[in-house]
Amino acid sequence: MKKNIIIIATAILFVVLFIVAASFYNNQKDKALSNASMEKIEHMQRDYSPTMGPVDAKVTIVEFFDPACGTCSAFYPFVKQLMQDNPGKVNLVLRYLPLHQNSDVIVSIFEAARLQNRFWETLERAYQTRDAWIEHHVSRPEKLWGQLDGLGLDMEKLNEDLQSEEIARRVKLDILDAQQLNVSKTPGFFVNGKPLVNFGYQQLQQLVESEVAANY
Amino acid sequence: MVEDKIKKVSQLGWLLIFICWLIAMAALFGSLFFSEVMGLKPCVLCWWQRIFIYPLAVLFLVGMLTQGDKADRSVVRYTLPLAIIGLGFAIYHYLVYSGFIPESLQPCSKDLSCAEINLQLMGFVTIPMLSIFAYSTIIILLLIYRKRFC
Repeated sequence: MKKNIIIIATAILFVVLFIVAASFYNNQKDKALSNASMEKIEHMQRDYSPTMGPVDAKVTIVEFFDPACGTCSAFYPFVKQLMQDNPGKVNLVLRYLPLHQNSDVIVSIFEAARLQNRFWETLERAYQTRDAWIEHHVSRPEKLWGQLDGLGLDMEKLNEDLQSEEIARRVKLDILDAQQLNVSKTPGFFVNGKPLVNFGYQQLQQLVESEVAANY
Repeated sequence: MVEDKIKKVSQLGWLLIFICWLIAMAALFGSLFFSEVMGLKPCVLCWWQRIFIYPLAVLFLVGMLTQGDKADRSVVRYTLPLAIIGLGFAIYHYLVYSGFIPESLQPCSKDLSCAEINLQLMGFVTIPMLSIFAYSTIIILLLIYRKRFC
């Protein structure tokens, strides 16, 4: 019987040790990541980055996203809700991180739509119709194309702009910035430069609220 | 007198299995720490080594619990083969790691190289080294157990 107690105690010890080590490690990483992203703050936002919400807001959410990423799509209404809950205090900057195959073309379409001032409409339409243009985790730009009716886009111009070097440069620069900021998954969030290390709705909400409280 | 001696001997047997279990548990939690906490993705060969060490954590536990105060002797029959196969993968992985077997000859996907060294504890201890250490210690202890108690 005494042995069974030794065994159970050892098993519990292993679990406790694991949890303690994990939280210690995450804490250290959290600090290191925060410091690293503060040093690389110039990579956080580019003058061309699409922005939503009040320009003078003191809290800025930066989101690296891939339109083919289901979690990005699920977070989008939540992020909008966060902005509504803090009216005038929070804005959103989107950065491209096309990790899925062909997603670079999808974000180029967004960027081309932005030249026609239809970025957010196009983004929302793409999120709504995800099932229609994503097949086995591969983006099918030609199928998204058919979903863009009624947005007021000049499709001919859109097609022309897709070839532009400036758009390719922007997408590339966003990807490079993501690497600099250690973002390897989407959505990758920063709030006023602080990375969201433990991923989740609640954690993001807490981070935004703590920044709102600190700045207002 | 004799009973005392028998008891002492079976204590030693239990202790051997207990140490094996500790090693298997350390490997289980350690590998989960590397992959789930530190985010080091396990390559194909790492997975094969995991496959043969994870059941050992359960088998040794059952072997210790079922027979009251002493370990279940047949635990050796079921755990030794797993440990030996696992050691085979560990040695193979070590050879790939240290460059004796060229990368192109081994079955890793392109995006996750088994030859890439992404962790060195104290400057020289790599994950395949830990794996070889764990498997071979378990094998040695089991062989001692088999010789003395089976």
